[in-house]
Amino acid sequence: MSRGGSGSLPRYILQRVLLVIPMIWVILTVVFLVLRVAPGDPVSAALGGKLDPQALAQARDRLGFNRPLIAQYWDYLSSVAHLDFGTTFSDNQPVLRVVRDNGGATLSLTLAAFVVALVVGIPLGLVAGRYRDSFPDAVIRLFGILSYAAPIFFVGFLLQVYVAAPLGLPTSGDASPITIFEVKPKTHILLVDALLSGNGTAIEDVLKHLLLPALTLGLLICGVFIRLVRVNMLMTMQADYVEAAEARGIRRRNVTWRHGFRNALVPVITVIGLQFALLLGGAVLTEATFNWPGLGQKLVLYINNRDYGAVQGIVTIFAIAVVLISLLVDIINALIDPRVRY
Amino acid sequence: MAGLRSTLTRPFTDTVGLARWMLVGGVVLTVIFVILAIFAPWIAPYGFAQASAHGVPFPKVGHPSSAHWFGTDRLFFDVLSRTIWGARTAMEVVILSIFVCVVIGVPLGLASGYYGGWFDRILVLIMDALYAFPSFLLAIVFSFLLTNAFGGSVLAVSMSLTAIYIPQYFRVVRNTTLSAKEATYVEAARAIGASDFAIMRRYLFGNVVQSVPVLGTLNAADAILTLAGLGFLGLGIQSTDAAEWGHDLNRALADAGSGVWWTGLYPGLAIVLLVTALTLVGEGLNETLNPTLRRRRLLPVVMPGRPADLPTGEEKH
Repeated sequence: MSRGGSGSLPRYILQRVLLVIPMIWVILTVVFLVLRVAPGDPVSAALGGKLDPQALAQARDRLGFNRPLIAQYWDYLSSVAHLDFGTTFSDNQPVLRVVRDNGGATLSLTLAAFVVALVVGIPLGLVAGRYRDSFPDAVIRLFGILSYAAPIFFVGFLLQVYVAAPLGLPTSGDASPITIFEVKPKTHILLVDALLSGNGTAIEDVLKHLLLPALTLGLLICGVFIRLVRVNMLMTMQADYVEAAEARGIRRRNVTWRHGFRNALVPVITVIGLQFALLLGGAVLTEATFNWPGLGQKLVLYINNRDYGAVQGIVTIFAIAVVLISLLVDIINALIDPRVRY
Repeated sequence: MAGLRSTLTRPFTDTVGLARWMLVGGVVLTVIFVILAIFAPWIAPYGFAQASAHGVPFPKVGHPSSAHWFGTDRLFFDVLSRTIWGARTAMEVVILSIFVCVVIGVPLGLASGYYGGWFDRILVLIMDALYAFPSFLLAIVFSFLLTNAFGGSVLAVSMSLTAIYIPQYFRVVRNTTLSAKEATYVEAARAIGASDFAIMRRYLFGNVVQSVPVLGTLNAADAILTLAGLGFLGLGIQSTDAAEWGHDLNRALADAGSGVWWTGLYPGLAIVLLVTALTLVGEGLNETLNPTLRRRRLLPVVMPGRPADLPTGEEKH
């Protein structure tokens, strides 16, 4: 710490990056153990009934399930290190290709949901925190709790029955077949592809399909933001510098804006990173509710097929994504807030 | 006895205004669901997997009527009965999973924080990794395995919930242990020759379990949602084994397009109400037990030896 100031930033980032490696290793080990130590043989679970015993034994041999557990573990770690996440058992596809084909839909869903959550959640949280124990506070807090308490698929169900049906909005898939047929996949993110194609009808179609799923998933996260921003606002308004500002005779409104709101928003950035994990879980349910062709729905499909290879690969990728995003958020945090860099 | 009563009533007597109403509302709602869960066989008009009564089959996706207040679903089951029985399933799963979490997580956190060293480091690393992982995905993976092994039973689902909540108890208890073990009274206990076990049990335990009720209530709310989520994906309890709200919603979704609202609305509302109730209790407890958020009610101060005819300061307000 002798150098102090901005000099410690690279060191902090280096420390944080080094910490990621054991973290990923532990997660990979947990994933491996949980999936391999389980009773039953993964190959016959996935392919049993489809192949005769001899072919089954061959498949087991080919996939390396006859080798000692420690060798399988080593294989798994080294292939992940080479960014090889294995192949699925049931339809024999590289997991990376499954992720590429379906990840785009999940990505656009989660990003759109984030926008909904921020736009709705932050203003409500600020108002509730500023006017503590008032009527708006009570209503907003109740809304925050309800949006957390309502399961995604229930919100989705209500939207489908009471909103989609009267308005004629689509409730299934990420676009109508004609759009998917017309828009050429370049980035594998349908909205971006549609925008690139410049086809107005296609863009409208994609946005229409995106609306309800994004709203459903966004409302879930929005409750978290309301609670967080509210509590931060409460704490900020009790801080000494706010009291000092008031004592100096600065107008109440200016104090609220310049000393209250701004400082109450700093922790939101940290929590955005943490919410990513919640969002991924929520995406699985949203995709199942709206038949959204994303990675979460693919995962559920593979689980129902008892496809260990696919489950292991997809879960591994999810895990690495979560760890990397939390790393990214920590670094951004350190750039913004010097106190983080100890 | 008086001590216990004051501990139990403190969250109510110490709170004021909104916080108090939220707490009271949450407790009342929770109690209603507990009653539904315990007395489900007597309250529910039919069984949870009953498709006919007195030899007359129930209608398929029948509108709410006098015979079926909440209608029937596509498996001919009575929605009202399944909603009531669902409370029992939810309660069983929540109690079982939170109980196991506390039994494993608290001692583990206590020992880890108290002894420290490599044992602590390894546990922290594992727990942090589990905690960092999206909990719902973890629940999916665990229930995938456990339902393979045990079938879609209450036990299998409870155990997968346990696996995702243990890290939270571990972290909270470990961190409070770390600060509590430096206290003077612990040093004093060590000086008079108390064993490690005695220190943990007699001196630390009482201090570190303070946060467990809040955590437990909030986890219970989350557990209901996770249970329903697993059920919705078809990974939880099968609908003929027990009534489970999430799985019922999954079946309801198939009819949502044709305007059938009753099969999904009631189980969904049940989830929302119970989760809201538990969240209100958890938040209410947090606001009374957490000193940084707490706003105590101002109690009237009676000054000793003051002449009775003088007005006290309290009455002016």
